[in-house]
Amino acid sequence: MKKILEQVTILFAGNSGDGIQFLGSQFTQTSAALGNDISTLPDFPAEIRAPQGTVAGISGFQIHFGSVEISSPGDLCDVLVVMNAAALKKHIPFLKKGGIIIANTMGFSLKNIQLASYPKEANPLKELSDYSVHEINILGQAREILKDTNLSKKDQDMSKNMFALGFIYCLYSRPLGYTEDFLKQKFQRKPELLSANLKVLRAGYNFGETSEIFTERFVVKPADMPSGIYRNITGNQALVIGLTSAAMRAHLKLFYSGYPITPASDLLHYFSSYKNLGVKSFQAEDEIAAITSAIGASYAGDLGITGTSGPGMALKQEGLGLAFMLELPLVIINVQRGGPSTGLPTKTEQSDLLQALYGRNGEAPIPVLAPRSPSHAFEMGFRAAKMAIEHMTPVILLSDGYLANGSEPWRFPKSNQLEAIYPPYPKENDTESYLPYRRDQKGARKWVFPGKAGYEHRIGSLEKKDETGEVSYDAKNHERMVHLRQAKIDYIQKELPLQTLDSGGRPGKLLILSWGSTYGTIRAAMKVLLSEGYAVAHVHIEYLYPLAKGLEVLLGDFEKVLVPELNNGQLVRLIRDQFLVDVISLPKIQGMPFTTSEICDKARELLV
Amino acid sequence: MSTLEKIYIPKDFASDQQIKWCPGCGDYSILKQMQAILPETGLLKEKIVFISGIGCSSRFPYYMETFGLHGIHGRAPAIATGVKLARPDLSVWIITGDGDGLSIGGNHTIHLLRRNLDVNVLLFNNEIYGLTKGQYSPTSNLGLRTKSSPTGTIDRPFNLLSLVLGAGAGFVARAMDRDPKHLREMLLRAQQYKGTSFLEIYQNCNIFNDGAFEVFTEKDSKADHTLFLEHQVPLIFGSQKQRGIYLDGLHPRLVSLKDGYYHSSDLWIHDETDQVKADLLTRFFDASGQEEFPRPFGVFYREERPVYDVLFHDQITEAQKNKPISLDALISGANTWKI
Repeated sequence: MKKILEQVTILFAGNSGDGIQFLGSQFTQTSAALGNDISTLPDFPAEIRAPQGTVAGISGFQIHFGSVEISSPGDLCDVLVVMNAAALKKHIPFLKKGGIIIANTMGFSLKNIQLASYPKEANPLKELSDYSVHEINILGQAREILKDTNLSKKDQDMSKNMFALGFIYCLYSRPLGYTEDFLKQKFQRKPELLSANLKVLRAGYNFGETSEIFTERFVVKPADMPSGIYRNITGNQALVIGLTSAAMRAHLKLFYSGYPITPASDLLHYFSSYKNLGVKSFQAEDEIAAITSAIGASYAGDLGITGTSGPGMALKQEGLGLAFMLELPLVIINVQRGGPSTGLPTKTEQSDLLQALYGRNGEAPIPVLAPRSPSHAFEMGFRAAKMAIEHMTPVILLSDGYLANGSEPWRFPKSNQLEAIYPPYPKENDTESYLPYRRDQKGARKWVFPGKAGYEHRIGSLEKKDETGEVSYDAKNHERMVHLRQAKIDYIQKELPLQTLDSGGRPGKLLILSWGSTYGTIRAAMKVLLSEGYAVAHVHIEYLYPLAKGLEVLLGDFEKVLVPELNNGQLVRLIRDQFLVDVISLPKIQGMPFTTSEICDKARELLV
Repeated sequence: MSTLEKIYIPKDFASDQQIKWCPGCGDYSILKQMQAILPETGLLKEKIVFISGIGCSSRFPYYMETFGLHGIHGRAPAIATGVKLARPDLSVWIITGDGDGLSIGGNHTIHLLRRNLDVNVLLFNNEIYGLTKGQYSPTSNLGLRTKSSPTGTIDRPFNLLSLVLGAGAGFVARAMDRDPKHLREMLLRAQQYKGTSFLEIYQNCNIFNDGAFEVFTEKDSKADHTLFLEHQVPLIFGSQKQRGIYLDGLHPRLVSLKDGYYHSSDLWIHDETDQVKADLLTRFFDASGQEEFPRPFGVFYREERPVYDVLFHDQITEAQKNKPISLDALISGANTWKI
């Protein structure tokens, strides 16, 4: 008997090293291929291998999939798959009442229970009357299947995630084919491991069919998504691909310079794997060298890009000032994490907005863009690069840990559908009228790099004379230059799309105003609120600086404006400052995304 | 490039900017020698880039009629790295000082050297912070009284060339502002070297640290306190070429060539390619003053090593050849599905 469900959230959790992320990504790919809409969120510990079996060492992967539009990884999960007691302890607060727990019994030994800091005599699985608990000897069965192979005990134990995966595939009526194909690729040269993993995967599936643990199985039908070709993509991947696409569209070489930092390191990994596209990636000795080498590359005619996270962003600020002063194209990615200082390296936060806007010495306005979802990072990466090149300015992209690692299906474009990009090169043989700081109607100077005969000139970090770029300490000239540089950034607003409502209608009682990765959760919350009949609307800001036109009019159409942010109220200050509107802040600073119900509850409170 | 006719004269490399160094500053000489040697190199003006950080020396690019970038404090090596990796055909010169290159930018300097990018580093060493008006620097002598060390410094200075050698430099040399001919020769040697060439230039700051190198530069003391290194030539110095350096195992000894006991053929023969000897030569820095070891000038060490920018682009070319991929293939990835 099969029961049809609209949407399901499953959370897989186990020791870091149990293969939880692999399990999650396999379930994601299979569900994507079936046509479900999806949103995923991995959650890993800051340490590589924190002590096994402790709460600190638990790695989790949440997937929300459905036949309806899915815009967030889901608040509470329907199913919790746990490999040990610590995983249960960490994630039980996120399981719906009445939800399903699938527990690997060998992970609940006395030792495991103690490691998870449960009371000595406790049996956590016996005290869960609100849930439907299914104890399965996942590890024991995997070992039993592989007992006659030559595999080491470690390799045998590693396969337990495949048993769990097979079991869940069965429960949700998913085929094994995708994962089977993937394993065949992965273990092409290791036939023993291939056969072991396939065996255990199938055994998990068969166990689901033959054991009568569940009286019913579930079906989640394909979502009604626009037709086209899709792939699954994380925010970090999308940024890299978007930026690479922009460089190629502009006929430029891309130079990426980075220093390892969580959660931005994947940017460096991805860029370094695209040498076959001519991408230059450089691992610098520190964050400062990362940005300044990218500036050097832009000066010499490549598209310079650097990426980092909060503390690294702080180190790059002087370099940002230099790029701003030199008026060179540069894209700086800040994959925000919990701060201040080292803070919460693996957790998400939006607390670097003010740093991005105001972090530099002197008058140094730099455009700030923020993607709203993992796949949207492609478009914002592309736009940031186009803006940087055409306006000869550094541009900051504010991503965050959730976008970086979260994934969703993406209906990707063809490269020939991408917009053209026009670098502001000088006219040929125009050396007579060329001046390094002469500007076009947008306020951008020409991009002339070394190697171009007759255009030799010097630029630098000191204040410069209008047009000629010569060093100048003249008081009036300095003021004029500050205004000219500001006007160049202000001009960008003319090219931005008008700010519109994302959902809901105007005028109304409450406007929810958001930016960055909170988009998906708020969109989900909006559906609930609109279905309840409230006069509520949602505006999502993608361009934080300069702000797109039309926002002020929208703000004026609502009695109240609520700004949910994963910080202590940073966009709130910007809106008050720009529009003198007394918006209401909904801050959350727990290193985790909002839940839909948190947004709905606050909105309902304000709508009374 | 050497096949090119000489198409420039030194004046062609002088920009139209008014030079704002203090009258009498050693920087003038360095600027002049640089403008003098560039026509010899056959390099085209537009292919030359001077990149600097912050400090008196770092104003250098403004005065050269080439491309130039005056950066931020300490970061010239990192900026230059980006420039060279973007455009390997450029002749890239990093102009820095003892504060810029060794204190705030020390990290970039050592990493540049270990990578061996094909660029030239000129470190103007005046053993003082000049532009900020006279604080002690990482090369100031122990005990030096300055505005920030009124009772004398307690910071031991870097043995610069030892540090540079330790960081893996493939070309290490020293020159001075007051010996233009030798300086020109060293600039040309640095330019010719394929890899990171590091040239320390003793430069007198006549305002805040006047005479710091007097003993090496003034006529009456120079010969007895300096040792000019030449490849395959014995280490001989002194006003009458009367002194030499003999290598006793791993210990250099000062010997006289006058008493008939040592002959020039007994002496240490300079070998630019010998890293152990180069290391000993950099140690003359510590010894000078006590045992009257002369200060060496010239090329301490050179080694043919793989060049970073070449390796960097080889990997890209290889990947493009072996695993070509289209932008559309990058965008779509390996796993797609149709709806």
